[in-house]
Amino acid sequence: MAEHFVQPPHWEWYIIGYFFLAGLAGGSYVIATMLRLWGSPRDERTARLGMLVAFPLVVVGAILLTVDLGQPLRFWHMLIDTTPGHGGLNFKYWSPISLGSWGLVVFSLFALVSFAEALGWIRRVGIAFDVIGSLAALFLASYTGVVLSVSNQPIWSDSYAIGGLFVASALSASAALLAWLSARGDAASAAPTEARLQRADGYFGVLELLMIAAFFTTLAMAGTIGRMFAPVWLAIWVLVLLSLVPPLAGLARREGLLAPSGPTGALIVIGGVFLLRCVVILGAQF
Amino acid sequence: MPEPVGFFTDTSICIGCKACEVACKEWNELPGNEPKFGDGFDNTGQLDAQNYRHVKFVDLVPGDNIIEPAGGAWLMMADICKHCTHASCMEVCPTDAIVTTEYNTVYIQQDVCNGCRDCISACPYGAIGFNERTGTVGKCTMCYDRLQANLEPACAKACPTQSIQYGTLTELHQKADARLATLKAAGYDKAQLYGRDDSIYGGLGAFFLLMNKPEVYGLPDKENAGLPRRNNFGSYLNAFVVSALGVVAGLMAFRMRVPEEPAEPSQPAAPSGGGGD
Repeated sequence: MAEHFVQPPHWEWYIIGYFFLAGLAGGSYVIATMLRLWGSPRDERTARLGMLVAFPLVVVGAILLTVDLGQPLRFWHMLIDTTPGHGGLNFKYWSPISLGSWGLVVFSLFALVSFAEALGWIRRVGIAFDVIGSLAALFLASYTGVVLSVSNQPIWSDSYAIGGLFVASALSASAALLAWLSARGDAASAAPTEARLQRADGYFGVLELLMIAAFFTTLAMAGTIGRMFAPVWLAIWVLVLLSLVPPLAGLARREGLLAPSGPTGALIVIGGVFLLRCVVILGAQF
Repeated sequence: MPEPVGFFTDTSICIGCKACEVACKEWNELPGNEPKFGDGFDNTGQLDAQNYRHVKFVDLVPGDNIIEPAGGAWLMMADICKHCTHASCMEVCPTDAIVTTEYNTVYIQQDVCNGCRDCISACPYGAIGFNERTGTVGKCTMCYDRLQANLEPACAKACPTQSIQYGTLTELHQKADARLATLKAAGYDKAQLYGRDDSIYGGLGAFFLLMNKPEVYGLPDKENAGLPRRNNFGSYLNAFVVSALGVVAGLMAFRMRVPEEPAEPSQPAAPSGGGGD
């Protein structure tokens, strides 16, 4: 059984906010790219929406991340080595938080260009650019979970599944967000796109469910699963599982009170993904 | 380069006087936290940015009238940052604020640290804490400033029983081996050295003589003393596989065409309901 004598880093609401928004930003970018790659030409409006939301989301997330630092004005120390006599860049490939700092910068640049492109400020760069940006987006959506695992904190270091859990849930929340946003304009013409996004959300929901199972299995193997069974965390896990009902019901083509769609369904999915980050991050520390 | 130095903390002769805590706070100008008064002698709580030394009191008294032989019922240990050869905190630190000094000690550069606190989640000993006043993390410096002036660290200087000994690691290892042999000969079978060899984080700059198993003192044993990077491969692999599956899911979903979808994007589309292909 894994034994831990570590103290919590007190990563709380700012970090939860960053992890959530980074996931949404990365997920929206990836889905926008996939719509351009494999969707129909009429999906372009939603793809543009995805590129439009990705940049503001990652900017707000980066602000939350910076504010969480004890010395926010030293945020650039993540990138530049300020140790006297050292100089140069700080790039530690074995430290996910270091790699993630660079991932955040790289994705933000891609997101900025795609944002400007979606607004018509610059000419279309091309699908290859979107694909490369999507690799950075997938990294951004997943590395936050790897940061948690690469520690000695109970729960986090007992599971290798948090990175996968975060990227699956980020894709799910982003699909729900874009389905909702695309239906807000011309609902009739957006319906086929919305249907495709709902189908994708169903698949992402299945992935998320599998990763939740993997997460709990790894905790059981480490002997630390009991920590997740405190009443407050258990209640949140139940809500997280309930939030998977809309995408999974959509996949099974069931509708109604138990499988809400539209804005309500999207809000439930997105809220569930936020709660998932809350329970994983706070549950290990308190 | 000076010879590597460190602490040998012999818990068998610690009397729990906390002189080390006081001396540490005096020298390092640490105001300390509000004391906690509970059911025990420990009112410091834990190691953190205000407590670079923390005297742990482990109460193993089995009953009111049953007293185990000396060294077994009450365990006291002046805990501290272990100055690991392979330090988890240094491994994850994204700013490179945590460095190994010329004395082979682990030191946090206060003007480089930006307070991200990843080192706190990495340190397996809970030796690092966040300092609200400075916005950075703090822990034992092994009195780096005193070492530079050829002075021994304040805690070792103040310890009245020589439970905390400072010196070169070569010299301390010899002393520890001799002390362990004495205790074993006297019948203290559970006595053991912790961090003396390289089996725990490559060897500890601050190592201990314990009178019981490490976990009784809140120290991870060999099986649980892992570096954070042990999870890199599995975690990235998992994230990569799920990302790839996510892309496959996108491929399957976005290539789907709803039956009533017009071929030309300029034509109005009929609502499709829950979708289907």
